Amino acid sequence: MKARTKFLVGSAIIVLTLVSLAYVGFTQSKTYYHTIAEVSTLQGPALRQRMRVSGNVRNGTIQHYPGHLDFILEEEGKAMPVRYEGSAPLPDTFKDGALALVEGRLMPDGQFVADQVQAKCASKYEANPNAAPGAKPPQPGPTSTRNSPDSGAASGSGS
Amino acid sequence: MDIAGSFALLLAFIVAVYAFIAGIAGILTRRTLLTKSAQNAGMAVFFLITFAVGTLEYFFFTDNFSLVYVAEHSNRALPGFYKFAALWAGQQGSLLWWSWLLSLYAFLALFANRKKHPELMPYVGVVIAGVQIFFLTLNNFVANAFNILGSPDTSGVMRVASLGDGHGLTPLLQYPEMVIHPPMLYLGYTGFTIPFAFALAALLGRYPGEKWIHITRRWTMVAWCFQTVGILLGMHWAYAMLGWGGYWEWDPVENASLLPWITGTAFLHSVMMQEKRGMMKVWNVWLVFITFMLCILGTMLTRSGAVNSVHAFAQSSIGSWFVGFLAVILLVCLLAYWRNRDYLRGDNQLDSLVSRESSFLFNNLILLAACFAVLWGTLFPILSEWVVGSKISVGAPFFNKVNIPIAMFLLFLTGVGPLLAWRKTSADALKRNFAWPSAGGLLAGIVAFILGYRDFYPLVCLILSVFVVLTICSEFYRGARVVAAREGTNLLSAVGALTMRNTRRYGGYVIHLGIVMIFIGIAGSAFNKDIQAELSVGQSMTIGPYTILCQNFDATANDNYQSARATLEIFRGGKSQMMLYPERRFFPASGETETMVALRSTPLQDLYVVYAGRSPETGNPVIHAFLNPLVKWIWFGGIVVVLGTGLAMLPNRRTALALASVPEKSWDGTVAAGAPMQGVAAVARRADAHD
Repeated sequence: MKARTKFLVGSAIIVLTLVSLAYVGFTQSKTYYHTIAEVSTLQGPALRQRMRVSGNVRNGTIQHYPGHLDFILEEEGKAMPVRYEGSAPLPDTFKDGALALVEGRLMPDGQFVADQVQAKCASKYEANPNAAPGAKPPQPGPTSTRNSPDSGAASGSGS
Repeated sequence: MDIAGSFALLLAFIVAVYAFIAGIAGILTRRTLLTKSAQNAGMAVFFLITFAVGTLEYFFFTDNFSLVYVAEHSNRALPGFYKFAALWAGQQGSLLWWSWLLSLYAFLALFANRKKHPELMPYVGVVIAGVQIFFLTLNNFVANAFNILGSPDTSGVMRVASLGDGHGLTPLLQYPEMVIHPPMLYLGYTGFTIPFAFALAALLGRYPGEKWIHITRRWTMVAWCFQTVGILLGMHWAYAMLGWGGYWEWDPVENASLLPWITGTAFLHSVMMQEKRGMMKVWNVWLVFITFMLCILGTMLTRSGAVNSVHAFAQSSIGSWFVGFLAVILLVCLLAYWRNRDYLRGDNQLDSLVSRESSFLFNNLILLAACFAVLWGTLFPILSEWVVGSKISVGAPFFNKVNIPIAMFLLFLTGVGPLLAWRKTSADALKRNFAWPSAGGLLAGIVAFILGYRDFYPLVCLILSVFVVLTICSEFYRGARVVAAREGTNLLSAVGALTMRNTRRYGGYVIHLGIVMIFIGIAGSAFNKDIQAELSVGQSMTIGPYTILCQNFDATANDNYQSARATLEIFRGGKSQMMLYPERRFFPASGETETMVALRSTPLQDLYVVYAGRSPETGNPVIHAFLNPLVKWIWFGGIVVVLGTGLAMLPNRRTALALASVPEKSWDGTVAAGAPMQGVAAVARRADAHD
């Protein structure tokens, strides 16, 4: 076999392996963005997907319990009960009226169980929309807490 | 003053436009005077932008809060150090900073080559001016840092207002590294403009010979080195400031900085194929083009907030400018390539699968695969919204699943590639070069397995790392032994002499060692642990070998921030080791909070302690402790990479006459695979063949 053919065969094997790995990783970690209004209309398998929902924390609904924390997220008149079961304490910016982004799954009883909650004080954000440098992660600083094992100390490669 | 700065910026735009038009006219009419004038204009842009940046800094230091930008990113109590860094804390300033760094590079490139390459430099000047025009357009007309606070009154005259104090700098940026991280990363991003300009210029001007590829390679190394440092500083900043115990989470902005780094790395390797064998010319030109486009894309992702979930809160219209610019670049590159494609015809074909060429091809293939996967994952929310209408993001598992195997394969190639000969390697040479390193790697793997470290990837990483380090050591050893025998010096000084005679090759090995260290550090994250507990005074918790005892917690305040802090005593094996003071700071000016991580770092592991806040029920501090093995190796590896790059850019020291006079034979594979027995001549040939 010519060297060129061998190289092409080798490349094909590598690429196919990577594509299948990518597919597995994709199905494990894909997260759908939904609005609260959309969440209530989801049906079938879409209900069991991992999703990310944003909204405002309704005033006076934050309840602390041992091991978890409950609150109600609302947007455009629609509301959704959320339970946060992460171990990391929530950021200081998480309070009544704050803009919050929750990531997790919807339970059959309609409650959203989140393992990640990001929050940002809305007024500050409007005043100063671009406070970040040319650089790094939670940019203009919506502080976040993370609990998913995958996003922990994710190992980067080649960096 | 604000008018002067603003005016200088406008003038810079006009001068850049002149440099662009006069440059093209100079090329078309072949008038040297016009070309000369265009180049001088290109250099003048640097002084004008420098003046503009200088005036903006002056406003920061004089607390002039009549400027919107200063008012939004600084306040009186901000330490001077951070007032300086506040320049690039926001959109307008960052873009101005981009322009300034680009003009600095442009000045250096034009000045250094002002009397050389008369056929090439006019094109280079035009390309650079084109890029400058884009950024100066943004600086002047889209995101001007010199906007003043105020509104026109009834007669249409601007009434300037001024605030008593500014909103303050985001606390996340109030960290020493934040002062150097953005400049470093931007020096990387902007630096790739110069290789792009040379590559496009050579193609447009059909510049004869391979000289341009040497220039391109050197500038790419400069930009690559800054990019590496910028990425690592950013990782370190995230690690020390964000308090979640990690340094990389596949955030779009992180990914954006990684993309040009990957293609830049691919280019630095495949360029050797062109220099030594005249192969992959098309590929190389496109790697340079793509790297530059990824730099622009990276700047766009960073500045426009197009895909960041967190940025979904804030949208900026600047993205469409970048998309337009990217489209123009792509079009120009395609046209230039299509019209001059015959200029890039290769001289040679691949001869064998077990050869240096093939290791480079595989290296490029998987680097590109990594780049594609990261790009795909980063842009997926946008793509999915276009195609299926719903926004879907992918997380760390996707990136890790693809990139960890790629990283392992790259590590393997790092060990194998440099020892394979050009064209074809004999089985005999394979055995001679790889028997011991393979045995060493496997032995390390067996020992680790017996000790109980049985996770698949960390184990593979260990085996490969030992293998690579041993191959590199054997390269130094063999070369040095020959030099030592010939010149009667000891082995250690022979290593020095050897390195200085072929800085590029041995500097490259040092870079590889640094990369191996970084990989080892990253592999350590497989063994991370963390624990969180509420500690009242006198209570303690245990993580790994450490016991953390809460001595006290208190609150203090200064002009800039209020802080809540815990005083923790760290014990190991019953003995007190040190005190740690994890802290949380609240900044009244910006209304934001930041975490100050307390760290006990050793080469083996980091004890990373975060003051996570007060428990709402008891009021006691909540302490989150992480035990992260081997993290320090990443930072040390980064230093080694920088040293290696510096070494590789030094000129070769002249070798002894006997060596220099050895005729440069063809890249004869079987000889090149390195037997010291064949003496000095063989080594000299080998050195030529391998660098």
